[in-house]
Amino acid sequence: MTVDVKMAWRNIWRNPRRSILTMTAIAFATLLLVFMLSFQFGSYDTMINSAVKIHTGHLQVQAGGYQDKKRMRLAVPDPGAIGTILEATPDIEAYTYRANAFSLVSSKERTYGIVVIGIDPAREASVSALKKVIRHGSYLSSTDTNQALIGELLAKNLRVGLGDQLVVLGQGRDGSVAATVVEVKGIFNSGQDEFDRSSIHIPLSHFQEVYAMRGGVHEVVALGKSLGAIPAIKKTVAGVIEIKDAKQPLVVLDWMDLMPGLVEGIQLDLISGLILYFILIVVVAFSILNTFLMSVFERTKEFGVLMVIGTAPGRLTKVLLLESLTMTAVGIVVGIIAGILITWYFQVHGIVISGTSEVVRQFGIPERMFPRLSFLSITIGPTLVLFITFLTALYPALKVRRLQPVEALASV
Amino acid sequence: MHLQLGWRNIWRNPRRTSVIMIAVIIGVWSMIFMGAFHRGMMNQMVENGIATLTGHIQVHQAGYRNDPAIENSMAEPEVVQTTLESRLPPGTRWTARIRVGAIASNARHSGGVTLVGIDPAREARISFIGQAVTQGRYLGPDDEHGILVGKALADKFETKLGRKLVLMSQDSDREIGSKAFRIVGIFRAEMEATEKQFAFVTLRAAQHMLKVENGISEVSIVMPNRHEVELVAEDLRDALPPSTYEVHSWRELLPLVNAYLSLFDTFIFIWFLVVFIAMGFGIVNTTLMAVFERIREFGLLKALGMKPWWIVRGVLTESFLLLVMGTAAGNILSFLSVFALSGSGIDLSSFAAGAEFAGISRVIYPAIHPKDVVMANLVVFILGLLVSVYPAAKAARFTPVEALAHT
Repeated sequence: MTVDVKMAWRNIWRNPRRSILTMTAIAFATLLLVFMLSFQFGSYDTMINSAVKIHTGHLQVQAGGYQDKKRMRLAVPDPGAIGTILEATPDIEAYTYRANAFSLVSSKERTYGIVVIGIDPAREASVSALKKVIRHGSYLSSTDTNQALIGELLAKNLRVGLGDQLVVLGQGRDGSVAATVVEVKGIFNSGQDEFDRSSIHIPLSHFQEVYAMRGGVHEVVALGKSLGAIPAIKKTVAGVIEIKDAKQPLVVLDWMDLMPGLVEGIQLDLISGLILYFILIVVVAFSILNTFLMSVFERTKEFGVLMVIGTAPGRLTKVLLLESLTMTAVGIVVGIIAGILITWYFQVHGIVISGTSEVVRQFGIPERMFPRLSFLSITIGPTLVLFITFLTALYPALKVRRLQPVEALASV
Repeated sequence: MHLQLGWRNIWRNPRRTSVIMIAVIIGVWSMIFMGAFHRGMMNQMVENGIATLTGHIQVHQAGYRNDPAIENSMAEPEVVQTTLESRLPPGTRWTARIRVGAIASNARHSGGVTLVGIDPAREARISFIGQAVTQGRYLGPDDEHGILVGKALADKFETKLGRKLVLMSQDSDREIGSKAFRIVGIFRAEMEATEKQFAFVTLRAAQHMLKVENGISEVSIVMPNRHEVELVAEDLRDALPPSTYEVHSWRELLPLVNAYLSLFDTFIFIWFLVVFIAMGFGIVNTTLMAVFERIREFGLLKALGMKPWWIVRGVLTESFLLLVMGTAAGNILSFLSVFALSGSGIDLSSFAAGAEFAGISRVIYPAIHPKDVVMANLVVFILGLLVSVYPAAKAARFTPVEALAHT
């Protein structure tokens, strides 16, 4: 065995230039894949986190059917009880209550139909980014009643500023008319136009009073300690809730149920990325196939000699495979190291792709993007490269088995 | 002579030449095909955007874009209309609309929509709605009470054809104007968001509801092709007083799509480069091999008095031939595959929600764009020849004595 390894190693260095070029090609492909996959995974993380922080949280408890229909009466009747359950569940970072109602909101000059969201100011701040994106005025305090936070775009459309009054007109949970007057206390800009254009936030207690919610809410929103912990949390919470309340079915939805578009968008992006990478590796494979082939053909005579002195064809194949695998391995290792170093640099400093800000902002990605190294992003690419190069190397390695010693000796 | 020599040289080792040529072919194919795929995606994004009530050019009352309320509608659309009639090039179509945010409600639901008052006959020739009605019928010219809603909206509101829908919006007196409509048609659109957003009534009905005499919110103009849009927009800007009217081209109206478009060229160029680097290694290695095999030959030629420059030219000719054949086959292959997919397209329906999220169509039709093809070929050609200079220079630098001694 050791002799075989030594032979393979020396064979590689019989033509250093060629071997180095081949290994560089492999390293290049590996590096690129490590970087690109880290970059993609990093942007998915940012997308998920910002969507989770602004809209949905990691997990929500809702009345069954509310997610699709958004009907006022599909409420969680006793949010406190759910809160107690969440308190007892491990890995929950924070949770809050929300209630939503589509209503007419009028300023002195303008009227728009938007969603009024009731929030628990103290709890909301620990779950969502709302408090951090207030640009003018201030966030709601726990003693506020008829105060409101409003998106910057909506404020512009309604032509209101801080301290202006808004008349809210909607329908309560029981079908009664819900009306109130609120004062603009803060103006926020989350960067996501749709969100900044379509909602105002008022204190939950005031919301419940105005919309006759009888203490109910529409969403109990929870944030887990990490994305990975969510499936376990979901299972635990769902188990407890089912036993507790059989009459009024409540459902537990995780961020994937809440944002199917985001999940599929990520899948689509990942798959189209993988197709590109696959094509790229195939191009690399053909690029290096020649090196592998040549290293066999220029040594035909040598193989003839080896066979004549009794080397089994299987052993020749083994040595050849060792040779190409060693080159691949060196290329991959160099590629991974270089890939990690480059990715790590950008992970610390971030990448600004000029001209993208407008595009990425809508997906909730900040202008400066950070790739993120992870076990998967480091291993997927190299595994693909290894697999395809191995297939490439098989062809010449198996070809050598068909050599006839006499003919081989006669070749030049 | 050179060509012939080069040609014969590359076929001295058919297997090696075939392998590297396959690499070039796959490379070129992937460049052009993926380019066409993404270009198709972009085109559809632009076309969708334009067909979804944007048009190529829009004219608004000054201030409407910042504050799209009915108060900012054009009070005397005749002025604009006469200008358009006289200024627009033949073949251009235009229509007037009212567009306001409104609240739709029925017994069970209420939600925000964009109410669009249209001139049914003119609108049908301009935006998607003319062909989009799948149930019921399109609006007639005197449909005072008819309304068209999207399938997704109808589902959300749990309603269907023939049912009533009440629309409310702020009228020109800043009061809430409301009017009951009957659903006469249900339309489908490429994006679910479009189906949820828009509700169409006749221009007259909208004007009654919002208490505007002849007022309109916007004029949308569609040209026979996109090239002259900026010129025509500029011409209209000159003709219409800027204090009263604003003229915008689709690039300004769809800033997100426009940003995508400008990003796209960079993206595709990077993809070309990356693929090229992948095959560049192969080209260099193969050419190097071909050169080193022939050291003795080059030595002999030099000993006979061949100039180094001739050897460089010879090696470059071989690469050139290789690249010509590879790119030609790659081009043909990519044209064929794009052609094969141009009928059915590439179906992304299994990722419908994802496609919607990314703002792309459910079925992608690859579109070959001459610019992309030229760029792909240029990248391969120029860089291919450039990297071949290294082995060529190597070949030219062998001294005859050294080379002849080489075995």
